[in-house]
Amino acid sequence: MDPFTKLTAGAVPMDLPNIDTDRVIPARYLRKSKESGLGQYFFHDVRFNPDGSENGDFILNQVPYRDAKILVTAENFGCGSSREAAVWALMGSGFRCVIGPSFGDIFFENCFKNGVLAIVLPKDVVAGLRRQLHDRPGTTISVDLASQTLTAPDGTTQRFEVDPFRKQALLKGQDEIALTMEYAREIEAFEARHAKEMPWLSSDA
Amino acid sequence: MPTMFEKIWNRHVVTEGPGGQTLLYIDRHPLHEGASAAFSRLKRSGRTVRRPKGLIATADHYVPTGPGSEALAEPEIRGMVENVIRSTREEGVTFFGPGDARTGIVHIIGPEQGYTQPGIVLVCGDSHTATHGAFGAIAFGIGSTEVEHVLATGCLWQRKPKAMRITVTGSRRPGIAAKDVILAIIGKIGAGGGVGHAIEYAGPVMAAMSMEERMTVCNMSIEAGARCGMVAPDDTTYRYLEGRPYAPKGALWDQALAYWKTLPSDGDAVFDTEVTLDGAEIAPTVTWGTSPQDALPITGNVPDPARETDATRRQAMGRAVDYMGLRPGMPLTEIKVDRVFIGSCTNSRLEDLRAAAAIAKGRRAVIKAWVVPGSGLVKQAAEAEGLHEVFTAAGFEWRDPGCSMCVGMNGDTAREGERVASTSNRNFEGRQGKGARTHLMSPAMAAAAAVTGKLTDVRTLVG
Repeated sequence: MDPFTKLTAGAVPMDLPNIDTDRVIPARYLRKSKESGLGQYFFHDVRFNPDGSENGDFILNQVPYRDAKILVTAENFGCGSSREAAVWALMGSGFRCVIGPSFGDIFFENCFKNGVLAIVLPKDVVAGLRRQLHDRPGTTISVDLASQTLTAPDGTTQRFEVDPFRKQALLKGQDEIALTMEYAREIEAFEARHAKEMPWLSSDA
Repeated sequence: MPTMFEKIWNRHVVTEGPGGQTLLYIDRHPLHEGASAAFSRLKRSGRTVRRPKGLIATADHYVPTGPGSEALAEPEIRGMVENVIRSTREEGVTFFGPGDARTGIVHIIGPEQGYTQPGIVLVCGDSHTATHGAFGAIAFGIGSTEVEHVLATGCLWQRKPKAMRITVTGSRRPGIAAKDVILAIIGKIGAGGGVGHAIEYAGPVMAAMSMEERMTVCNMSIEAGARCGMVAPDDTTYRYLEGRPYAPKGALWDQALAYWKTLPSDGDAVFDTEVTLDGAEIAPTVTWGTSPQDALPITGNVPDPARETDATRRQAMGRAVDYMGLRPGMPLTEIKVDRVFIGSCTNSRLEDLRAAAAIAKGRRAVIKAWVVPGSGLVKQAAEAEGLHEVFTAAGFEWRDPGCSMCVGMNGDTAREGERVASTSNRNFEGRQGKGARTHLMSPAMAAAAAVTGKLTDVRTLVG
């Protein structure tokens, strides 16, 4: 996983609440491997017209937002299916940070597992960020993970909370399995105890 | 003092890690062919499956459910299925493959085999894993990287979610299905209402439900934003489990039962959020829009976005009304339907098929209608009762088990603009195929739509 430390980049606002991961990447593309480049399927069915041309009304296709690396969303972005391809498609389109008032739990988790920083801020603060991005398209947001600060297009700064465990993992680009393996002795001890306490689980059909 | 969730959680803490995260032990990890990528990464990094005995595997998302399907002929799909077959064989994991009667949708076969039990922690790379919480288990969906992590370590880093209790009081009126109950709940708390929470469904309506009904309710917890939903185990749970292949036997059964009986939340347990619904007020419920929260009694009307005062909500409603091709204010019962899908991990168990067959019996489907049993064993049991004959005599198509039209990735899809009365769990834009329009409802309501060609109050067809 690539580390995440700081990012100053263009940001794109998405105002609809409850954008589900089926919309982020339609199911028929889930058979494609992550390595094949899923960015081309990001929001595919709203981003492209039936003839394959770009839908100019869709915000990701509009010039000032095309190179954005930060997505600013409404409530419950990434709800629904657990498909991690939603995050892979987001990354494949160049995004490394999502900011919203709330996220689908599994999507949120999947972001951190892939080096994407997901930031939760109060609803009115996020609405303010989206408004600034609509008013001044193409302006940037800066995010500094180490100091947990975000600088809005208007220059105001904002502290954000991030789970210390996830923060460390992102800053280091940590392999989480390798980290867990360091607890091998604890896992073995737990397993031995658990097998005694709930022996019926290890006597399967 | 503790909730059921806390009791189970506390027994599965391996260690407290840095920053308030808990390394949680995972008892059960059912797999489907979507685990293919996780197996490949595991192999590439030189790692192996830590505890193959805790796993079972199936193929459900991509398998064809009828003759003429080309799904498995596509190299990418065939590659995934073959990789999971090969990987499970190499690692010593039990695989219920195509042709085995025990195959089927991962959330149907776990309970059916007695693999899902009270008091365990179960994860699966699928968001409808909360289904298994119906047994009084912590069960939640995870992403592909986490699947790989659980394969390698048998554990997962987690932060304890908040606790929500949803109490459904009183009793259901006749003809009200478990699906109506969960749609009403999601309609009340919203698609994001359960974010960050583990839900416990409680109260007399839940206690009176069968296991299959409880699974329908827990299944859709994710549609309210919660990864996890659960119901306290009781005699209904134990009766369902006893004698199933993976259920404990003899002295181990007695030992397990003693533990299971300690699981229900204590009387003075405190929940962060409490929600109450009156069971008697729940009507047959359908969705009109493109979020599961767009749920209304069938006696209602398509809402008018112009009357919505919240601007964001108005925009979302307007988009949904357009996508669904509806007229604001029109009665829901005037919505004409093009086809019907009865199936999915929400509603493809034997009781679901019985409820649909009871409506289909002696009537005739006027539109294309599919019945897709959740597993090979459900199919066998339904056929032993003659349900397949009821369906085929009524013009319904009786198919093979799989996720089918719920996921839109296996060739079973609706065409652009087609309107589907569906017993599945998601009415998202494009969920059942690009441009397809989905109305969610119970199996009996879907069967009613099949025989009338429009959304129908099933109560007008019975008694």
